[in-house]
Amino acid sequence: MLNKNFYLILIVSAVFGISFWIGFNVNLLPVEASINAPIYDELFKILFIIGLIIFIGMTIAVIYSLFKFRKRKDQYGDGIALEGNLGLEIIWTIIPSVIVLIIGLYSYNIYDRMGGMKELNHSHEMMNSNTEKIWAGISQASNNEVASNNLSVEVSAMQFAFLFSYPKGEFISGELHVPVDHKVSMKMESKDVIHAFWVPEFRIKQDIIPGQPTILNFTPTKVGKYPIICAELCGPYHGGMRASIIVEEESDYKDWFNKNTKTEVSL
Amino acid sequence: MTISIDSDDSNTKSLQPKGWIRYFSFSLDHKVIGIQYLVCGFLFYLIGGSLASAIRIELASPMSDFMPRDVYNQVLTLHGTIMIFLWIVPVVNGAFGNYLIPFYVGARDMAFPRLNAVAFWLIPPSGLMLVASYFVEGAAQAGWTAYPPLSITTPQSGQIIWIMSVLLLGGSSIFGGINFIATIIKLRRPGLKLMQLPMYCWAMLGTSLLVVLSTPVLAGTLILLSFDIVAHTGFFNPVLGGNVVVYQHLFWFYSHPAVYIMVLPAFGLVSEILPVHSRKPLFGYTTMVFSIMGIVVLGLVVWAHHMFTSGTPPWMRLFFTIATAFIAVPTGIKFFNWVATLWGGKISINSAMLFSCGFIINFVFGGITGVALAQVPFDIHVHDTYFVVAHFHYIVYGGTVFIIFSSIYHWFPKVTGKLMSEKLGILHFAITFIGFNLCFAPQHWLGLNGMPRRVAEYDPQFQFVNQISSVGALLMAISTIPFLVNIFLSIRNGKDSGDNPWNALTPEWLTSSPPPVENWEGEAPLVEEPYGYGKPISQEN
Repeated sequence: MLNKNFYLILIVSAVFGISFWIGFNVNLLPVEASINAPIYDELFKILFIIGLIIFIGMTIAVIYSLFKFRKRKDQYGDGIALEGNLGLEIIWTIIPSVIVLIIGLYSYNIYDRMGGMKELNHSHEMMNSNTEKIWAGISQASNNEVASNNLSVEVSAMQFAFLFSYPKGEFISGELHVPVDHKVSMKMESKDVIHAFWVPEFRIKQDIIPGQPTILNFTPTKVGKYPIICAELCGPYHGGMRASIIVEEESDYKDWFNKNTKTEVSL
Repeated sequence: MTISIDSDDSNTKSLQPKGWIRYFSFSLDHKVIGIQYLVCGFLFYLIGGSLASAIRIELASPMSDFMPRDVYNQVLTLHGTIMIFLWIVPVVNGAFGNYLIPFYVGARDMAFPRLNAVAFWLIPPSGLMLVASYFVEGAAQAGWTAYPPLSITTPQSGQIIWIMSVLLLGGSSIFGGINFIATIIKLRRPGLKLMQLPMYCWAMLGTSLLVVLSTPVLAGTLILLSFDIVAHTGFFNPVLGGNVVVYQHLFWFYSHPAVYIMVLPAFGLVSEILPVHSRKPLFGYTTMVFSIMGIVVLGLVVWAHHMFTSGTPPWMRLFFTIATAFIAVPTGIKFFNWVATLWGGKISINSAMLFSCGFIINFVFGGITGVALAQVPFDIHVHDTYFVVAHFHYIVYGGTVFIIFSSIYHWFPKVTGKLMSEKLGILHFAITFIGFNLCFAPQHWLGLNGMPRRVAEYDPQFQFVNQISSVGALLMAISTIPFLVNIFLSIRNGKDSGDNPWNALTPEWLTSSPPPVENWEGEAPLVEEPYGYGKPISQEN
């Protein structure tokens, strides 16, 4: 009996060990290039580890049962007439409930840290630009909140392109240029069908909806060029509907801005 | 009441054709209708599978070079629609439900045999109509979700045919649902209590409640959408002041329960198969019943998790996160109970058992990614990407389709009186399991790293992983060959199975195989312990 428990403990700790090792050492995600990204990856790591423990555990249980309890050639008759075990059933109702609850609370925390719980309709929120909270989501847009922000960009999507207009400079660009470590607030609207704005390296996505403006805020943290991908089926050339976001040092951004702008505006 | 229905139909039945021709007739026999559903569904599975192969061929290279872009969108739309509405839903509900439910409740047929036949015969014409829409102006190309305004602005004839076809299939589904509820509640043989029913009855009761409650919403939504297309109304058309997000709410109010319409019957079927082949009672019958009903209730209030990026306020996102994640609890109970059913059994490792165990492993994986997807911050990054494609194929293919194959291996002797070849069956399992995981596991990585779904072209850095996925799809296509060979060889030359080759205790095995027209020569037996393995009742057998 002691022996049996020993093996059980050994297997369980091996499953946990392997899951934690994989969770901490295997990276399945692209570069982290916004404030959101490390927060997202933290959640991903936790979910990945819990998922691995459950998956590996269940797979071992199934394969072990198939092997251990397989019917041998000389065996006849049935297995034990075990119709249930209330204690066990209660345990495996409570444990998943607790896990799910903890994951739910934790992801609420993550969502809050991403700025998801902020009310977007109050423009004074936006005035306070020192805050690290980032909103990656949607709310009915009101114009003043976009205008009061650090860098505001108006995005319009159509089959099959994104256009970025910079209200302060009164020009339109096919590429989105933003300064690193600055909060960007985008008001997005579609001219025809539903599109979506997705930057995998930023871990943010928001549908761009005709007739209903949406807002997406983010702060890039890493200089580089990243793809902007349309993620909502929008017609035959949906796969080709891409643009680039260029995150650059503030001075480079200013040069680019001044080259394009029609009116001389300081940032 | 029961008796009068039965005698009425037995008169009609004696006039009906015998032999293979009956499968092409307006038969009222629930067993014939069940087989009609299964074979018809399988033919559409082959069509839907060919479309899937076309998609994987296109995606073997990063450029859009195999077919025109609009045809690609038609192919992915019809692949989804056919697989859901013409293969999985009709087969796990219609085929196995019709064949098994009357046996399980101890009836000679379904409650409404004519409605039953009508429900089946709606399927072939609407399916053919859908496939034929390729030859009109091009089939629908807005995805199986048909989100407006895309579905309003793409070529209209294909979209209208798609709506007509889905409406008819939804109608068929509702007819079936009403029939199952009536049969399970009203046609039970005297003395048979609800809590003695085999688990598949409970699964079908829950599923049918979902069908009856949610399918009409889809029908209403699609009718409004068709008004927008042909009569230029403005329900969902933003140009006329319509709201596109409302359509998504209405659509997912059906289409998320539709996932449970596809998996709950599979949960029921696997609960029949595992006890028989592991020679043990189903573990935790009562908790299984409650978890089915829990899934039914929760399944109705989780739809907006498909819309986390479309335009939902924070409180709504949180509510749907919690509700969705909690479905994992009743679902988890079922999986633990199945593993506990295996534990300590005398397991025959055969094709039915292997497909069922493959189902457990695949579905656990899909369930875990499902809990992750329920979390708003997680979903925002991977929504509408290949991560989601991989997730739901783990649920509907790795889950339900594995169970469909498992059930075919399990009940083939019942239907034909012949045994299937185990060698070919195990070969079929091995190729399917490897091919399936090779095809869909890498797609999780694709989604996380930036490949959206429903695209004909993609970033060249994803080519290698897409090719692995395409090789997996090729294996899945190949895996149907040993299956089909097995079916035809076994029908022609299969070994005689006897009436009850598995020594099973559920009622359908307590009559001859194949069963007589009215299911039992005499009175239907009273089966109080359908899972009494290891008990005296099983030893007598």
